[in-house]
Amino acid sequence: MEIIVFLILLSLGYFVGQSIEKSHYKNIIVREAELLHIPVTTDKKTQFDGAGTQGRLFVGNVVISGDYFKLVGSSLRSLVGGQITFYETLADRARREAILRMKAQANNWGAEKVVGLRLETSSVGGKGPSGESKLVSVEVVAYGTGIKQP
Amino acid sequence: MILTNIESVPGHRVVEHYGLVQGSTVRAKHVGKDILASFKNLVGGELASYTELLNESRAVAEKRMVEQAQATGANAVINIRFSTSSISQGAAELFAYGTAVKVEKIPWK
Repeated sequence: MEIIVFLILLSLGYFVGQSIEKSHYKNIIVREAELLHIPVTTDKKTQFDGAGTQGRLFVGNVVISGDYFKLVGSSLRSLVGGQITFYETLADRARREAILRMKAQANNWGAEKVVGLRLETSSVGGKGPSGESKLVSVEVVAYGTGIKQP
Repeated sequence: MILTNIESVPGHRVVEHYGLVQGSTVRAKHVGKDILASFKNLVGGELASYTELLNESRAVAEKRMVEQAQATGANAVINIRFSTSSISQGAAELFAYGTAVKVEKIPWK
Protein backbone atom coordinates (compact mmCIF):
# COMPACT_ATOMS: atom_id res chain seq x y z
CA MET A 1 0.00 0.00 0.00
CA GLU A 2 2.68 2.46 1.01
CA ILE A 3 4.71 1.76 -2.08
CA ILE A 4 1.67 2.56 -4.24
CA VAL A 5 1.18 5.92 -2.54
CA PHE A 6 4.89 6.58 -2.96
CA LEU A 7 4.78 5.75 -6.66
CA ILE A 8 1.70 7.88 -7.22
CA LEU A 9 3.30 10.85 -5.48
CA LEU A 10 6.53 10.29 -7.37
CA SER A 11 4.87 10.19 -10.79
CA LEU A 12 2.61 13.12 -9.86
CA GLY A 13 5.69 15.07 -8.88
CA TYR A 14 7.48 14.07 -12.02
CA PHE A 15 4.79 14.72 -14.64
CA VAL A 16 3.05 17.73 -13.12
CA GLY A 17 6.30 19.16 -11.78
CA GLN A 18 8.06 18.87 -15.13
CA SER A 19 5.19 20.46 -17.01
CA ILE A 20 4.99 23.34 -14.53
CA GLU A 21 8.73 23.84 -14.87
CA LYS A 22 8.59 23.77 -18.65
CA SER A 23 5.78 26.29 -18.92
CA HIS A 24 7.47 28.50 -16.37
CA TYR A 25 10.68 28.52 -18.40
CA LYS A 26 8.72 29.37 -21.55
CA ASN A 27 7.05 32.22 -19.72
CA ILE A 28 10.38 33.49 -18.35
CA ILE A 29 12.01 33.52 -21.78
CA VAL A 30 9.13 35.51 -23.31
CA ARG A 31 9.14 38.08 -20.51
CA GLU A 32 12.92 38.38 -20.53
CA ALA A 33 12.76 39.27 -24.21
CA GLU A 34 10.10 41.90 -23.50
CA LEU A 35 12.22 43.59 -20.85
CA LEU A 36 15.50 43.34 -22.70
CA HIS A 37 15.59 47.11 -23.26
CA ILE A 38 16.30 47.69 -19.56
CA PRO A 39 19.89 46.74 -18.76
CA VAL A 40 20.52 45.53 -15.24
CA THR A 41 23.95 45.89 -13.66
CA THR A 42 25.42 45.25 -10.25
CA ASP A 43 27.58 48.35 -10.12
CA LYS A 44 27.03 50.88 -7.36
CA LYS A 45 29.15 53.76 -8.55
CA THR A 46 27.97 57.29 -7.99
CA GLN A 47 27.84 58.25 -11.64
CA PHE A 48 24.24 59.44 -11.86
CA ASP A 49 24.66 62.92 -10.43
CA GLY A 50 23.42 64.91 -13.39
CA ALA A 51 20.67 67.39 -12.60
CA GLY A 52 17.20 65.92 -12.98
CA THR A 53 18.25 62.28 -12.73
CA GLN A 54 15.89 60.23 -10.61
CA GLY A 55 16.41 56.97 -8.78
CA ARG A 56 14.14 54.63 -6.89
CA LEU A 57 14.37 51.27 -5.17
CA PHE A 58 12.54 48.32 -6.72
CA VAL A 59 12.05 44.94 -5.11
CA GLY A 60 10.85 41.71 -6.66
CA ASN A 61 10.43 38.42 -4.86
CA VAL A 62 9.14 34.92 -5.46
CA VAL A 63 8.82 31.65 -3.55
CA ILE A 64 9.13 28.56 -5.70
CA SER A 65 8.56 25.10 -4.41
CA GLY A 66 10.28 21.91 -5.40
CA ASP A 67 8.20 18.82 -6.14
CA TYR A 68 8.16 15.34 -4.69
CA PHE A 69 10.23 13.92 -7.51
CA LYS A 70 12.93 16.52 -6.97
CA LEU A 71 12.89 15.75 -3.26
CA VAL A 72 13.35 12.02 -3.73
CA GLY A 73 15.83 12.46 -6.56
CA SER A 74 18.00 14.84 -4.59
CA SER A 75 18.01 12.72 -1.46
CA LEU A 76 19.22 9.81 -3.60
CA ARG A 77 21.80 12.07 -5.16
CA SER A 78 23.10 13.20 -1.79
CA LEU A 79 24.09 9.60 -1.04
CA VAL A 80 26.77 9.71 -3.69
CA GLY A 81 27.37 13.44 -3.88
CA GLY A 82 27.72 15.56 -6.97
CA GLN A 83 25.59 17.97 -8.86
CA ILE A 84 21.85 18.14 -8.11
CA THR A 85 20.34 19.36 -11.37
CA PHE A 86 16.82 19.28 -9.87
CA TYR A 87 17.62 22.10 -7.49
CA GLU A 88 19.77 23.99 -9.96
CA THR A 89 16.78 24.61 -12.20
CA LEU A 90 14.66 25.46 -9.16
CA ALA A 91 17.06 28.17 -7.98
CA ASP A 92 17.55 29.40 -11.54
CA ARG A 93 13.81 29.78 -12.12
CA ALA A 94 13.31 31.61 -8.84
CA ARG A 95 16.17 33.99 -9.48
CA ARG A 96 15.11 34.86 -13.02
CA GLU A 97 11.50 35.29 -11.94
CA ALA A 98 12.48 37.66 -9.09
CA ILE A 99 14.63 39.76 -11.41
CA LEU A 100 11.78 39.91 -13.95
CA ARG A 101 9.32 41.12 -11.32
CA MET A 102 11.72 43.82 -10.23
CA LYS A 103 12.33 44.86 -13.84
CA ALA A 104 8.61 44.96 -14.59
CA GLN A 105 8.07 47.42 -11.74
CA ALA A 106 11.01 49.54 -12.88
CA ASN A 107 9.62 49.48 -16.42
CA ASN A 108 6.21 50.73 -15.25
CA TRP A 109 7.90 53.60 -13.48
CA GLY A 110 9.80 54.48 -16.66
CA ALA A 111 13.31 53.44 -15.66
CA GLU A 112 15.85 53.17 -18.42
CA LYS A 113 18.21 50.99 -16.42
CA VAL A 114 18.55 49.28 -13.10
CA VAL A 115 21.81 49.46 -11.17
CA GLY A 116 23.08 47.98 -7.94
CA LEU A 117 21.27 44.69 -8.35
CA ARG A 118 21.40 42.47 -5.29
CA LEU A 119 20.07 38.95 -5.07
CA GLU A 120 19.31 37.10 -1.92
CA THR A 121 18.27 33.49 -1.68
CA SER A 122 16.77 31.85 1.36
CA SER A 123 15.18 28.51 1.91
CA VAL A 124 11.61 28.43 3.17
CA GLY A 125 11.30 25.18 5.06
CA GLY A 126 8.09 23.24 5.30
CA LYS A 127 6.76 19.88 6.26
CA GLY A 128 5.09 17.29 4.10
CA PRO A 129 1.38 16.46 4.37
CA SER A 130 2.18 13.67 6.81
CA GLY A 131 4.65 15.89 8.62
CA GLU A 132 7.75 13.79 8.11
CA SER A 133 9.86 14.91 5.19
CA LYS A 134 11.32 18.34 4.89
CA LEU A 135 10.26 19.75 1.55
CA VAL A 136 12.26 22.37 -0.16
CA SER A 137 11.11 25.70 -1.41
CA VAL A 138 13.31 28.63 -2.17
CA GLU A 139 12.70 32.34 -1.85
CA VAL A 140 14.63 34.79 -3.97
CA VAL A 141 14.47 38.53 -3.55
CA ALA A 142 15.99 40.79 -6.17
CA TYR A 143 16.39 44.51 -5.58
CA GLY A 144 18.01 47.36 -7.36
CA THR A 145 17.81 51.05 -8.08
CA GLY A 146 15.96 52.13 -11.19
CA ILE A 147 17.47 55.14 -12.96
CA LYS A 148 15.51 57.66 -14.98
CA GLN A 149 17.44 60.31 -16.83
CA PRO A 150 15.85 63.51 -18.15
CA MET B 1 11.62 59.88 1.30
CA ILE B 2 13.85 58.60 -1.49
CA LEU B 3 15.13 55.05 -1.21
CA THR B 4 18.03 53.61 -3.21
CA ASN B 5 20.40 50.72 -2.78
CA ILE B 6 23.40 52.44 -4.36
CA GLU B 7 25.82 54.80 -2.68
CA SER B 8 24.05 57.96 -3.76
CA VAL B 9 20.72 59.37 -4.81
CA PRO B 10 20.75 60.00 -8.56
CA GLY B 11 20.51 63.68 -9.39
CA HIS B 12 21.08 64.64 -5.77
CA ARG B 13 23.97 65.55 -3.53
CA VAL B 14 24.34 64.19 -0.02
CA VAL B 15 24.60 67.11 2.40
CA GLU B 16 24.16 65.42 5.75
CA HIS B 17 24.70 61.98 7.14
CA TYR B 18 22.67 60.49 10.00
CA GLY B 19 24.07 56.97 10.22
CA LEU B 20 22.50 53.55 10.17
CA VAL B 21 18.74 53.02 10.27
CA GLN B 22 17.07 49.65 10.42
CA GLY B 23 13.74 47.93 10.58
CA SER B 24 12.77 44.34 11.12
CA THR B 25 9.80 42.08 11.55
CA VAL B 26 9.30 38.43 12.44
CA ARG B 27 6.43 36.70 10.72
CA ALA B 28 4.87 33.31 11.14
CA LYS B 29 3.08 31.47 8.40
CA HIS B 30 -0.66 30.98 8.43
CA VAL B 31 -1.49 27.35 9.27
CA GLY B 32 -4.09 27.02 6.52
CA LYS B 33 -1.70 28.44 3.98
CA ASP B 34 0.99 26.12 5.26
CA ILE B 35 -1.17 23.06 4.66
CA LEU B 36 -2.05 24.27 1.18
CA ALA B 37 1.59 24.93 0.51
CA SER B 38 2.55 21.44 1.59
CA PHE B 39 0.28 20.02 -1.10
CA LYS B 40 1.71 22.43 -3.64
CA ASN B 41 5.09 21.14 -2.50
CA LEU B 42 4.29 17.77 -4.11
CA VAL B 43 3.90 19.14 -7.61
CA GLY B 44 6.09 22.23 -7.51
CA GLY B 45 5.40 25.70 -8.81
CA GLU B 46 5.10 29.07 -7.17
CA LEU B 47 3.79 29.35 -3.62
CA ALA B 48 1.88 32.56 -4.20
CA SER B 49 0.71 32.90 -0.60
CA TYR B 50 4.29 32.77 0.68
CA THR B 51 5.47 35.19 -1.97
CA GLU B 52 2.79 37.61 -0.84
CA LEU B 53 3.50 37.06 2.85
CA LEU B 54 7.21 37.69 2.50
CA ASN B 55 6.59 40.66 0.25
CA GLU B 56 4.25 42.25 2.80
CA SER B 57 6.61 41.53 5.68
CA ARG B 58 9.51 43.05 3.81
CA ALA B 59 7.39 46.16 3.21
CA VAL B 60 6.75 46.35 6.97
CA ALA B 61 10.49 46.13 7.72
CA GLU B 62 11.14 48.80 5.12
CA LYS B 63 8.44 51.03 6.62
CA ARG B 64 9.98 50.75 10.08
CA MET B 65 13.35 51.66 8.67
CA VAL B 66 11.85 54.68 6.90
CA GLU B 67 10.11 55.80 10.12
CA GLN B 68 13.44 55.70 11.92
CA ALA B 69 15.02 57.72 9.14
CA GLN B 70 12.23 60.30 9.29
CA ALA B 71 12.74 60.68 13.04
CA THR B 72 16.33 61.72 12.45
CA GLY B 73 15.28 64.33 9.92
CA ALA B 74 16.60 62.51 6.86
CA ASN B 75 14.92 62.76 3.49
CA ALA B 76 16.55 59.73 1.87
CA VAL B 77 17.91 56.30 2.75
CA ILE B 78 20.81 55.04 0.64
CA ASN B 79 22.62 51.73 0.40
CA ILE B 80 19.61 49.72 1.52
CA ARG B 81 20.13 46.00 2.09
CA PHE B 82 17.59 43.31 2.83
CA SER B 83 18.26 40.18 4.78
CA THR B 84 16.12 37.16 5.58
CA SER B 85 16.75 34.59 8.25
CA SER B 86 14.69 31.70 9.40
CA ILE B 87 14.17 31.91 13.17
CA SER B 88 12.33 28.63 13.55
CA GLN B 89 10.26 26.21 11.49
CA GLY B 90 7.47 28.42 10.18
CA ALA B 91 8.81 31.82 11.22
CA ALA B 92 11.11 34.15 9.38
CA GLU B 93 12.78 37.41 10.24
CA LEU B 94 12.95 40.05 7.56
CA PHE B 95 15.40 42.82 8.07
CA ALA B 96 16.09 46.03 6.16
CA TYR B 97 18.90 48.46 6.83
CA GLY B 98 20.45 51.46 5.20
CA THR B 99 22.10 54.83 5.73
CA ALA B 100 19.91 57.83 6.46
CA VAL B 101 21.02 60.99 4.70
CA LYS B 102 19.81 64.42 3.79
CA VAL B 103 20.08 65.15 0.09
CA GLU B 104 19.49 68.19 -2.07
CA LYS B 105 18.78 68.39 -5.76
CA ILE B 106 21.63 69.27 -8.04
CA PRO B 107 20.58 72.51 -9.73
CA TRP B 108 20.31 72.84 -13.49
CA LYS B 109 23.23 74.73 -14.94
